[in-house]
Amino acid sequence: MATSVKHPLDVNASVKKVRSHISQNEQLLFEISSPGKIGYQLPQLDVPAVDPAAVLGAANARTEIESFPEVSEVDVIRHFTRLSTWNYAIDLGMYPLGSCTMKYNPRVNEAAARVDGLAWAHPYQPDHLSQGAMEVMAELEKCLAEITGMDAVTLQPAAGAHGEHTGILLVRAYLEAQGNPRKKILVPDSAHGTNPATAHMAGYSVENVASNDRGMVDTETLLRVVNEDVAAMMVTNPNTLGVFEEHIADVAKILHDKGCLLYMDGANMNALTGISRPGDFGVDVMHLNLHKTFSTPHGGGGPGSGPVAVKKILEPFLPLPRLKREGDQWAWEYNRPDSVGRVRAFYGNFGVLVRALAYIMAHGGPGLRRATYDALLNANYIRKRMEPYYEIAYKDPSMHECVFSDARQKKLGVDTGSIAKRLIDYGFHPYTVSFPLIVHGALMIEPTETESKREMDLFVDAMIAIAKEIEEDPETVKHAPYSTRTSRVDEVTAARKPIVRWKTT
Amino acid sequence: MYPENFRYTKEHEWVKVEDGVGTIGITFHAQKELGDIVYVELPKIGTIVEQGKSFAVVESVKAASEIYAPVSGEVIAANDALANAPETLNSDPHGEGWIAKIKLSVPDEVNRLLSPTDYQSYLGAE
Amino acid sequence: MLDTIGISSVEDLTSHLPDEVLLHRPLNIADGKSEYEILDYFGARGAENSLGSTPARPSFLGAGVYRHYRPVLVDTIVSRSEFLTSYTPYQAEIAQGTLTAIFEFQTMVCQLTGMDVANASMYDASTAVPEAAMMAMRVTGRSHVLAARGVHPEYREVLHTYAKYSGMPVDEFGFSGETGLIDVKDLESKITKDTAAVILQSPNFFGVIENVKQAAEIAHANGALLVVVFSEAVSLGIVEPPRDADIVAGELQSFAIPPSYGGPFAGVIACKEKFIRQIPGRLVGETKDDKGNRAFCLTLATREQHIRREKATSNICTNQALIALMATVYMSVYGKQGLRELAVQNLSKAQYLAGKLNRRFTGATFNEFVVSTGKKSAAQVNSELEAKGIVGGLDLERFYPELKNTMLLCCTEMSKRDHMDQVAQVFA
Repeated sequence: MATSVKHPLDVNASVKKVRSHISQNEQLLFEISSPGKIGYQLPQLDVPAVDPAAVLGAANARTEIESFPEVSEVDVIRHFTRLSTWNYAIDLGMYPLGSCTMKYNPRVNEAAARVDGLAWAHPYQPDHLSQGAMEVMAELEKCLAEITGMDAVTLQPAAGAHGEHTGILLVRAYLEAQGNPRKKILVPDSAHGTNPATAHMAGYSVENVASNDRGMVDTETLLRVVNEDVAAMMVTNPNTLGVFEEHIADVAKILHDKGCLLYMDGANMNALTGISRPGDFGVDVMHLNLHKTFSTPHGGGGPGSGPVAVKKILEPFLPLPRLKREGDQWAWEYNRPDSVGRVRAFYGNFGVLVRALAYIMAHGGPGLRRATYDALLNANYIRKRMEPYYEIAYKDPSMHECVFSDARQKKLGVDTGSIAKRLIDYGFHPYTVSFPLIVHGALMIEPTETESKREMDLFVDAMIAIAKEIEEDPETVKHAPYSTRTSRVDEVTAARKPIVRWKTT
Repeated sequence: MYPENFRYTKEHEWVKVEDGVGTIGITFHAQKELGDIVYVELPKIGTIVEQGKSFAVVESVKAASEIYAPVSGEVIAANDALANAPETLNSDPHGEGWIAKIKLSVPDEVNRLLSPTDYQSYLGAE
Repeated sequence: MLDTIGISSVEDLTSHLPDEVLLHRPLNIADGKSEYEILDYFGARGAENSLGSTPARPSFLGAGVYRHYRPVLVDTIVSRSEFLTSYTPYQAEIAQGTLTAIFEFQTMVCQLTGMDVANASMYDASTAVPEAAMMAMRVTGRSHVLAARGVHPEYREVLHTYAKYSGMPVDEFGFSGETGLIDVKDLESKITKDTAAVILQSPNFFGVIENVKQAAEIAHANGALLVVVFSEAVSLGIVEPPRDADIVAGELQSFAIPPSYGGPFAGVIACKEKFIRQIPGRLVGETKDDKGNRAFCLTLATREQHIRREKATSNICTNQALIALMATVYMSVYGKQGLRELAVQNLSKAQYLAGKLNRRFTGATFNEFVVSTGKKSAAQVNSELEAKGIVGGLDLERFYPELKNTMLLCCTEMSKRDHMDQVAQVFA
């Protein structure tokens, strides 16, 4: 039996990827705080200073913000810079997270979003002083309609899940206008968790539809469950296995024959841009994730943006307000009686929209298509190189991501979660673990077009090295990672006795 | 392992009936499958529950599992101690880790549940 | 790479797709552009709407989006690759930076609002409001929601959209035409035994500071929760926080988040400890690693969509991590003393300008206030100001037909005395 004799940090030396994970010690801001320290300088007050208690009334006036930090400017920059060293990031290396599309975030996008006239634009400044911002939005709407093959786009939703909610509200409003909102939404068992959660928020019940033995929507099953109670089906295409739903046009037809709509979760649009358009294969409504396909930064969990693209039949129901052309000017149109209403204040995550448009401009039509093929090429290259060592979940051709299972490694006592943690020691972020749910012990890998052959080879070499470690020394892999600031984190205690804020002791 | 005087469901709940009141919990097998339990959503006292319908939720870090009532009736007690010590469900699922007590409205229902022997052979076959 | 895969061209990778789904023409989008051309394009768009939209141009617009100075440190820190280009911190071992910063964010939001628990942020306040209402529904088991007309009109519009299909009847109650505060009698007459939440904003849309304690008493006497909304976070530097609220739903745009034509911002939901299981959105918790060192991780994930699916507390899965980080850095830079001084400056400037104008309401205000435009219409005042290169206030008739010839003005630390004097002249 293999025993752990080597030092666990002694990863296979033939794998060249650096594994820095440097981390300096740092306390919480509240712990380095000391009374009287300041890090700001306010301008000289050019009007008489007032006494808050006199102006606000004693009951309304606050005396102090209890325990709020007191630190210097140097304290602040050192604190956050030190914290930053505890993070992995795309700029440090590959993020093979399936379904998350972690591509390079071009810095020109950041510069564009910080142009003064855009960054400081107030949403209530008059339309005639907002033409530049409105032009940017109109241009992006046009590009996204062209990319998706749809007729109209709203940029209002703040994130993918928010876009989903908006999209299903549109479905509901449309069906209601036809006289019957219907009762349920069909969701394949391979779907993202947001899909059923969204359907529920829009007042629909959810019916799960089992995938066929190839992990695809089964048209036979669909024919059995579809009826006049079904409002829509939510499909991700390519699906969460990274496989193109080859019968998608039939699925659309089956739904349309019963008066149901086809909703597409556009999370995987990075596989289709410039190659295939949802509007052309029967999709009625879909959302896009600008922070995936269109390169806007994830920023550790947001902000995102989730535009919704629709066919003409749904256009009257889009959220308020809509852009319209009046002579040679843009204006906001509020008089839309059929609209579902607002889904958020103002017009959308404008700063994210600027970045997405900059990305589209940098690529242009031909560049977007080339980027998509590069993404497919990368996923298939990784799949081919990993197949001898890991079990591919489904044999169908991969699009932009590939899904393996831990079936072989599990026999040796190591699951996908541990393989992912060991990958960290080799200098990579883990792939997506245990999703989609229809694959037992899934490893879901999406390289995006960002990665070069060199970087992918380093990744695959690391995966192969781990597969070999599992055969020789599974214990080492089971307790990884070793090279990080913290070892495995006790999530159980965190959930049993939640401590969600710092308190003075 | 599985007490003789309990009856079991295929969803891995147990019930012990005394004087028309059923004490309900999850089985040893269930807690093992769920892993470390971090939270229990207890039913409110006075709730009327129906056999086979969800009436409580047990959570691990990565999963939330519905608990289905093995018998119909009215909830007359809930094990509040679990709020601060959900780990009891792992350490003593058939004893201190009970979840609720239900005053049976259809006493015959108990007869349709599994005996310890049947439950264990069901586990074997599962 | 083609050889490894066993294909001869990249097009082979899509040869298995049915022909009818393939796009057989190039996208109708112009060829790729250089960095210079891209920045030139956006620079030109920025110039097209530059009046009132640079720090240098005076503007008195507030109404949910505020012009506050952005310390240089903020962009320096959020531009670091490790924050900008990292993913949601599901893999705690290599995301302690983001997790620690969010934990500090949650703590500072609690300190500011007087609540026990704050989530890791929401999209913005407008979406936090319906989420707070739905949270109150889950807590109380009731469904009716009462919102004050002094809540930002667009937040209320979003509330109505969410409510329409989720079995949540929403009614509104009015405000006093004299004070600008909520109409307590109207609230008392509309609250029922099915009311889950009473929602008000403070400072409200008119800038008036509400009597939170009194509203809490009315809500609680009827078994409802009180949700207090805020849109101007700087007010919390000197205004008593809504300690009597059960849930607080707010907007942190004031904390170094650029107005950016309305987004992205960072909203937040905070609440009393006992409601922690019902709060939507991400939460970071403190724990230990295998070796006993302090560590942080996302926690109570079973509330969320990827586990509960259709039974989740919300379908939300992004927070606004990077934007919340801007707010965190901002709160750190100003700190305990600075935020107070900043708030006093805002108050002093607003008092200076308001003192020269005809105030519409008598209630105490922070940095926003409503004025009557007298014989001129609000539009006329604004166009006269625009001629002087100043963006005026918000014409309230747009949202409140009964407030004809009134305007909502906002002064911050960036409002200069000279510009305020010019505004006063136009009104005179």
